[in-house]
Amino acid sequence: MEKRFVYADNAATTRVTKPVLDAMLPYFTEEYGNASSIYALGRSAKKALETARESVAGSLGAETSEIYFTSGGSEADNWAIRSAAHRLAKKGKKHIITSVFEHHAVLHTCQALEKEGFEVTYLPVYENGIVRVEDVKNAIREDTALVTIMYANNEIGTIQPIPEIAAVCHEKGVLFHTDAVQAVGNVEIDVKAQGIDMLSVSGHKLHAQKGIGALYVRKGIPIDNLIYGGAQERNRRAGTENVAAIVGFAKALEIAVKDIPEKAEKITAMRNRLIDGLLKISHTRLNGDRNKRLPGNCNISFEGIEGESLLLMLDLNGICASSGSACTSGSLDPSHVLLALGLKHEVAHGSLRLSISNETTDEDIDYILEVVPKVAERLRAMSPLWERIIKEEVSGGK
Amino acid sequence: MLYSEKVLDHFSNPRNVGEIENADGVGEVGNAKCGDIMKMYIKVDNGIISDVKFKTFGCGAAVATSSMATELIKGKSIDDALKLTNKAVVEALDGLPPVKLHCSVLAEQAIKAALSDYYSRQGIDPIPLVGEIGECEDCHTCE
Repeated sequence: MEKRFVYADNAATTRVTKPVLDAMLPYFTEEYGNASSIYALGRSAKKALETARESVAGSLGAETSEIYFTSGGSEADNWAIRSAAHRLAKKGKKHIITSVFEHHAVLHTCQALEKEGFEVTYLPVYENGIVRVEDVKNAIREDTALVTIMYANNEIGTIQPIPEIAAVCHEKGVLFHTDAVQAVGNVEIDVKAQGIDMLSVSGHKLHAQKGIGALYVRKGIPIDNLIYGGAQERNRRAGTENVAAIVGFAKALEIAVKDIPEKAEKITAMRNRLIDGLLKISHTRLNGDRNKRLPGNCNISFEGIEGESLLLMLDLNGICASSGSACTSGSLDPSHVLLALGLKHEVAHGSLRLSISNETTDEDIDYILEVVPKVAERLRAMSPLWERIIKEEVSGGK
Repeated sequence: MLYSEKVLDHFSNPRNVGEIENADGVGEVGNAKCGDIMKMYIKVDNGIISDVKFKTFGCGAAVATSSMATELIKGKSIDDALKLTNKAVVEALDGLPPVKLHCSVLAEQAIKAALSDYYSRQGIDPIPLVGEIGECEDCHTCE
């Protein structure tokens, strides 16, 4: 078997594609004007900026004035949640609803608000990794300011019933925000049709560069200033706009939202082959609902194996992937997402996330399916935990 | 987080992996919940550690520290093996990322656990010689 390089960590970040880079390049050395300047060079930067904003809005089903460019998904999440919380607190609403398995950009923002005196309800996600609409409904109180639920989970890829949750929120007059960083470009999203009040999106998850993203805020919802200074982003976020990144982001998003069903079908077929192939290895399990998940997400736990050593072994074989193991996060706890599904710590430590994209080939899948079983066997052969699992099974069977 | 070349070498080509049948001492430390378990086997001839093998469930650093620890005590006297510190293991690996230092502590404890077992089998109380083996002292996930 010939060694290949296989990038299977598209949920972490993606490659900037050629059309995106080409769209950006003129804004470095030719159209380098400050969008706030009065002369032609500045005006053309301004025009590029506003064309990009229009394009991003169009890709999401929003209006141009509802898009604020940010440095990425985390900033958008922080901004949306903190602004909504602080504004509604003035009306006595100091309760926020979220889920236990949000991205840390949401969870840590909520935890920071708790320290300020807000109350946060963390909804469970059950074994399939999906929030129940009924739970959202039951959790909403008189003083609920905001519900924030991610569109799709970053580790296990499960897609949440966002339009249904939004409908419940609106019924009760509660604001609804969604972190759609993983979903945009993989799932058809129309903020108006789906009743989304605020949505966070990130560029580098959909083949734009790192450091660019956007927050959609429905017209009529006031939002706090994030950065004081110049009048950029409708006076809400000061600082000279990163025109090249914004132009690239708009281009990447335009490409990402095109032909979603066709791309999803192709990627899902490869993903299913990956899941079925890996589940043939004994003592493995798929984490998260099999069908209500992002086309490119495969998250499998291997008993008796620790995730970081699995990743290092895969890296030696040219495969880039990620894990929910504690050791890869720099903390001592395994992934809060996997624990939320009810996995035991030792099983959560042995998880592998492969996230494929439109650029992944059948040959890449073949290669992964050839390498992973060998690596798993090698690591299990030196694992005292695996030895124990097998011994217990043998004695249990007697 | 970056691993040194030595750590990566000991991870990808671990020395002394396996078990020893009829070992003179076997020690196991760590637990599955924390994500690392090390099991050490030693063979002792005339006070010399003539052979040592390990099995480890854990991260890259856990495997590399186990491997290095076995290398550092192989062919040494029991007294020398008792003096092995986690610091010596870390130095021999050209350093570890701070969050991985507990792996080196675990490796030291695994050696001590195997030596304890060896003394016990000899009818010698290991506590005065080896001391108490700590339980995942750096780990906060295990209550």
